[in-house]
Amino acid sequence: MKDLKNPIETEKQEWRKQQNQQRLKTWLTIFSPICLLLIWQFLSQSGLIDARFFPPPTAIISTFIDLLTSGELFDHINISLFRIFAGFLLGVIPGIILGLCMGLYAPIRHFLSPLIMALMPIPTLALLPIILIIFGIGEVSKVVTIAGSVFFPVVINTVAGVISIDSIYLDVAKNYGAGRKDFFLKIALPGSLPVMLEGIQMGQAIALLTIVAAEMMGAQSGIGYMIWTSYSAFLLKEMFVGLILISFFGYIFSLLLRALQRKLLPWR
Amino acid sequence: MSRNTKISIRELTKVFYKKKQSVTAIENISLDVEEGEFVCIVGPSGCGKTTLLRILAGLENQSSGRFKIERSNEDRPNQSMVFQERGILPWLTVEENVAFGLNMRHLPKTYVKERTNYFLRKVGLVKFANMYPKELSGGMKQRVSIARAFANDPEILLMDEPFGALDEQNRYILQEELLSIWSETKKTVLFITHSIDEALYLSDRVLLMSAQPGKMAAEIKIDLPRPRKLEDIRSNPEMASKFLDIWQHLQTEVQGSRL
Repeated sequence: MKDLKNPIETEKQEWRKQQNQQRLKTWLTIFSPICLLLIWQFLSQSGLIDARFFPPPTAIISTFIDLLTSGELFDHINISLFRIFAGFLLGVIPGIILGLCMGLYAPIRHFLSPLIMALMPIPTLALLPIILIIFGIGEVSKVVTIAGSVFFPVVINTVAGVISIDSIYLDVAKNYGAGRKDFFLKIALPGSLPVMLEGIQMGQAIALLTIVAAEMMGAQSGIGYMIWTSYSAFLLKEMFVGLILISFFGYIFSLLLRALQRKLLPWR
Repeated sequence: MSRNTKISIRELTKVFYKKKQSVTAIENISLDVEEGEFVCIVGPSGCGKTTLLRILAGLENQSSGRFKIERSNEDRPNQSMVFQERGILPWLTVEENVAFGLNMRHLPKTYVKERTNYFLRKVGLVKFANMYPKELSGGMKQRVSIARAFANDPEILLMDEPFGALDEQNRYILQEELLSIWSETKKTVLFITHSIDEALYLSDRVLLMSAQPGKMAAEIKIDLPRPRKLEDIRSNPEMASKFLDIWQHLQTEVQGSRL
């Protein structure tokens, strides 16, 4: 039997072990994308997969640098980011306001929810021709397309968030004489915020999916347009740059929203 | 009558009606509570204690009958409730929770701050003022709830089994603290409990309710001098017999509802 003499020393070692495990987890997380890239590089260079369809990551990176220095890429990124942000805000803000109203006032909820349920399954992209007719081929139509797809998850989650507020909090508000405005700001908004933010997170992902498809179908600029034209011209390295950029922005937006979540929900 | 009646309830009845079936939760309840009196209501589960309290708290409407809470000051809220558990708002800090009632009445900031601090000190939560409820224990959460109700300075306090979810040790501590704050403010309190010990220790008068429909069955005066100690209650033979009276009443009620 091992004789443990010093209790502090024993616990110190235990603590170090746990620290090492934590570090290992962090490394694993960073390692997985690198691992994928390395395998890709190897397979592509050794000819096990066709380098014309799957150019090695190093070649994609050098194409990326070329596109950056020519300045062409910046224009595409700028215009896509503008469309994403504008469409995101145009979808999220009305989504929150309408969601809160529907959650708080049952008649509004019962009146509007069949409309929302019926409209939600229609992909906004399928409506793109109509949107183009109404809003023209300018920026507005792209922004509206994104707003349309972002709106639904936000509105639905906001309603769910308000409804999920524990009824005891409504009793507390009533018992302590909360007025209409205080009830909205101190109970309904903070109470529904966790579920609402999940909806916004979902909306963010949908915004990226939509922008690429919308730019493929009806635009002369943007990352989606770049992916589409590169593909049509069989410039697959350029196409991969576009795909990786979209995945990169998706990752960054998720991180930003998680940070916002922590900031807005210190009580969770 | 030497003292003033603070709460008067006359023939209060509440019927719940659903799918062509009606259940009478409370029937013809009449009672008076004097100013500054601490009254406990004891009864078997489902006897409508909470319904009675919720009607007084304005969270439910009575089906018939009336009640009146005597007002001493126009600026004071009628009543404030201490809820069972989960009654404090998780998205507000301890301090904001205690200040909740005052803020809902839009009182001056300095006054709110001063009053909130006073009651935070009373319940020993000054150090936790900026924490969120998730970081607090069950006992601390109920302290916040009590501080919020007292800080609101209502005409009467309604308490719905505030200590029901606490362990025994914590319950005694909080009962003691409650009595000490109460003796300072001399509020009229209507307190619901399952615990006979709690009722004997806290109240001036214990009201017994019978179940389905909930009616007032009996009342027992507890005229022990204050401040009281738990040991006094336990060692007092008169209290022991009162304990048994209440116990037997509850037993027969529970048996009766089984038949």
